[in-house]
Amino acid sequence: MGLKLKEFKGNGTFPKGIHPAGHKNLSAGKAVEVVPAPGKVVLPLLQNIGLQCKSIVKSGQKVGYGEKVAAANAMISASIHTPISGKVLKPVVTTLPTSNHVPALPIKAEGKQLEGQELWDDIFGGNWPIDVKGKYASDEITAIISESGIVGLGGAAFPSHVKIASNGKPVDTLLINGCECEPYLTCDYRLMIEAPEPIITGSLLAALAIGVKQIVICIENNKPEAVETMKKAAIGTTIKVVSLKTKYPQGSERHLIMALLKKIMPLGGLPADVGVAVSNVATMASVARAVIKGKPLTHRIVCVTGKGISNPKNLLIPLGISYGELIKYCGGLTKDAARVISGGPMMGFTLADFDMPVVKGTSGITVLTHKDICHGKETACIRCGRCVDVCPMNLVPTKIAHAARFQNLEMAKKYNIMGCIESGCCTYICPANIPLVQLIRVGKAMVAAEKRK
Amino acid sequence: MLIAAICNLKLDKTICCRYIILNRDRQLLITMTTINQETKSDQVADIPTPEIHVASSPHLSNPNTSTRRIMADVLIALVPVIGMAVYVFHLAAVKQMAICLVSCIIAEAGFMKIRNKPVPLGDFSAAITGLILGLSLPAIAPWYVGVIGSVVAIGIGKVIFGGLGMNIFNPAMVGRAFVMISFAGAMAASGYVDSQNTIDAITMATPLNAFKQSGTNTSILDLFIGLTNGSPGEVSAFTCLLGGIYLCIRKTASWEIPAGIIGTVVILGGILNALNFQAEWTVLHHLFGGALLFGAFFIATDPVTSPLTSKGKFIFGIGIGILVMLLRIFSGYPEGVMFAILLMNAVTPLINKWTPHKTLGEQ
Repeated sequence: MGLKLKEFKGNGTFPKGIHPAGHKNLSAGKAVEVVPAPGKVVLPLLQNIGLQCKSIVKSGQKVGYGEKVAAANAMISASIHTPISGKVLKPVVTTLPTSNHVPALPIKAEGKQLEGQELWDDIFGGNWPIDVKGKYASDEITAIISESGIVGLGGAAFPSHVKIASNGKPVDTLLINGCECEPYLTCDYRLMIEAPEPIITGSLLAALAIGVKQIVICIENNKPEAVETMKKAAIGTTIKVVSLKTKYPQGSERHLIMALLKKIMPLGGLPADVGVAVSNVATMASVARAVIKGKPLTHRIVCVTGKGISNPKNLLIPLGISYGELIKYCGGLTKDAARVISGGPMMGFTLADFDMPVVKGTSGITVLTHKDICHGKETACIRCGRCVDVCPMNLVPTKIAHAARFQNLEMAKKYNIMGCIESGCCTYICPANIPLVQLIRVGKAMVAAEKRK
Repeated sequence: MLIAAICNLKLDKTICCRYIILNRDRQLLITMTTINQETKSDQVADIPTPEIHVASSPHLSNPNTSTRRIMADVLIALVPVIGMAVYVFHLAAVKQMAICLVSCIIAEAGFMKIRNKPVPLGDFSAAITGLILGLSLPAIAPWYVGVIGSVVAIGIGKVIFGGLGMNIFNPAMVGRAFVMISFAGAMAASGYVDSQNTIDAITMATPLNAFKQSGTNTSILDLFIGLTNGSPGEVSAFTCLLGGIYLCIRKTASWEIPAGIIGTVVILGGILNALNFQAEWTVLHHLFGGALLFGAFFIATDPVTSPLTSKGKFIFGIGIGILVMLLRIFSGYPEGVMFAILLMNAVTPLINKWTPHKTLGEQ
């Protein structure tokens, strides 16, 4: 059952999907705290989908707050800027939660750092104009975004200037994604509550860059305060704020477009194929900061939550700080902590090493306890079809997983394995505890490897 | 292949020892044990040690679904049916169900032992097969009919295909079909009747047979409530509807299958009525008489032997409905639910092939 949206074709929801318990109250009421500047940050040279960027500093060189330390030299890549002032150390190789090994630049803090309220004001404070029309040219905004190293902060970390660049396809609607459909996470919610103005300004600027008329901010209906705050902030602009049904994976571009506009993105296509651009609220705030204040992407809001952490909190952190430091800042793990996850519990990656640096795409740290995670033993598939009933991509997960388990790639391809978005709905619902999406993931890797041959 | 490594991580005042284990299926499992710095390493055992796992997402699972829960739902839904069966057939029904239940469980344990596999009685699936078989045999059938039916149901119906989830045909129906052909006397329409019996219902002919042989009609109300002769599970349309609706609400049974069966029978029965063919036996007689509702809600909805997609389930239900009507009208048997279900079970892989899912956004 859907909602009635007055001005849009969609009914606020999409077929299938799941309703996991939200657990957002653990950290939803906690105001964002500014984490003290760390002694050292490690900046991996690959923090986005696409190509790695290249270091432009030498070890031993002094860098100031916000200085560019690595430059993108490809279209789908994003530059990296230091969030602290200090000295560049010898390059290292670091492992990201996705288990990619990438070169990284460690920077040791030296001299005075921006901290506390000062840092908050530098990022979210000040005046955020809503009359940006005519003041900036489209190319100018895109260039600033590209120069500031902004990527999608919702998790995928796709370089924003690529999304915003008009690539010939007519785009008429910009959707600002404030759904935050992952259970537990509240970083976007806190941002919308505490700093709605930069989101509005950023959205107007991005719309100007793409040349769209309609801007819609989409929020799930379990966050009424965020809807109210954004509505208030949007007064005087053409931006509409819409509340959508709470359902996982509502925050997926494809499903968001379907829920609001009833348009179906072609398989393997981009939102631009149906005339839509989608971007996250936090991305919009950093676009505003880059264009209005001329500051690059150096900090982000991260949510540290879950029953396995002593004090769940929302934190404003410098990129490159280690996960361990954030966990420590939140009082450490509890005795029954079982999994430390970078991101949310549905699509996040578990951490094996707490020294890993937080990157642009990290939206949170979720620590689950033994009680939260699945302990069931895998049993035989009884073909109950529950995975078919919840798959948001309308696939037949059990068949694909079975094909992947026995490395039958022909069969897997016949059932369209590459159409899987790895939402994890199938594994969540499976009564026989079969690791469906995990098997499909292995199958996808095999199909991709076969293609490369 | 098992690779194990150990390393130390420092986090605040704790040291973490980490074991990295890769299993043969290339799944990575890391267990980390934290130890307080103040304690010496040989005192590890005394400290409650948190274990940190590494696993692939998603990290949550629905706490309300499990195979056991699905099977338990079927048992709950069978309660009113069993209640009515016991009310009508007294101890005869209890005896038949007990024989089949016990035989099925023993057969399952025995066959799994032969295969050197763990005995999965915890999932209740053998119990359900036993109950459904017991409810679908004549209450007065001799004990060996139930025992042989159960052994065949579990052995040839299920275990031979690889156990739960692998069978093509509904095990209970395989068992029933086997004894129906083997013990034609005990299982035919006459096997339901014993004019000397103290139980009222058993002294009457079954409604479908009475009509087929002599044109004797039964009142719809009797069929609905269940005061007629027949297999203990099928007599009461009302309790089958009650349990069936519970199953559909719980999503344990897919509503598409009973909807397809009932819809088809209503349409075909309506056409027959309109054509004035066997006019005394109305649509409602077709619906409430015989094993139609019991089969539609409890047997055809077995997830293992029915199609995966909702379109496929409709086709499956419609197929059963058509076959039931054909068998009832044109075959020598008064009832055709069992054969209809078995025939459609055989077609299920084909239906799955015919009804591929179109991926969202696929052109």
